[in-house]
Amino acid sequence: MTIKEMINKIDGRVICCEDRLSSTIEYAFASDLMSDVLTIEKENLVLITGLANLQVIRTAEMSDIYCIIFARDKKIGGEMISLAKENNIILIESPHSVFYISGEIYKTGIKPIY
Amino acid sequence: MQFRHKIAGGDFAKAGNVASSVKKVLRQLNIDHAISKRIVIALYEGEVNVVAHAYSGIIDIDIDEEKIKITIADKGPGIEDIEKAMVEGFSTATAQVREMGFGAGMGLSNMKKNSDSMKITSVVGEGTIVELINYIQPDAR
Repeated sequence: MTIKEMINKIDGRVICCEDRLSSTIEYAFASDLMSDVLTIEKENLVLITGLANLQVIRTAEMSDIYCIIFARDKKIGGEMISLAKENNIILIESPHSVFYISGEIYKTGIKPIY
Repeated sequence: MQFRHKIAGGDFAKAGNVASSVKKVLRQLNIDHAISKRIVIALYEGEVNVVAHAYSGIIDIDIDEEKIKITIADKGPGIEDIEKAMVEGFSTATAQVREMGFGAGMGLSNMKKNSDSMKITSVVGEGTIVELINYIQPDAR
């Protein structure tokens, strides 16, 4: 499934790096614990999180995650956006909860990590 | 190839800067992607540890043809019981560290998992030194 198709299912709004929206996603992982995200070896993954700070973007950079969905309209700061742009990471805001977003994405056949 | 970086304790905005710069160097050196990923994740967790627990730290990176050696030396409270600190889930992190998405007691075990060798020495009240070695050729481990 492409990121663009996924965005429609979760009423997502793209904050940055729109040029990669036709990329396809194979796995998803939902977590607010960045150390847990850092244990993931798989790639081609979308991260769903309720945590909005610079370390989320840093974690994505280290783990080669190129798409992050922020649940419940969490405020994405300017520093987060510049770091995401530097690393070409797509940031998406959704008004829905982590549970709702995960459910909608799971239904499309995107695979869990564990 | 050698680099030295200084880190300030408590400066969460900069945690990850060293790992980010090392990631770029490894990419320039054409290091295998999976090998490079383990190195940057171990280093990033190490940086977060210094920012979260210490007053200041120095990270020395030494890359030769065979391996990368990362030495993270901090001035800080030290680790009282290293064996206990290695147990996943054990943490002395503050609420602020947890708010950043860390502090669940996974840092040291993540570092061990992502390095080929890890050595920790610590003096309570003085600081901690973590030495990580990763071999950079796919068949060198």
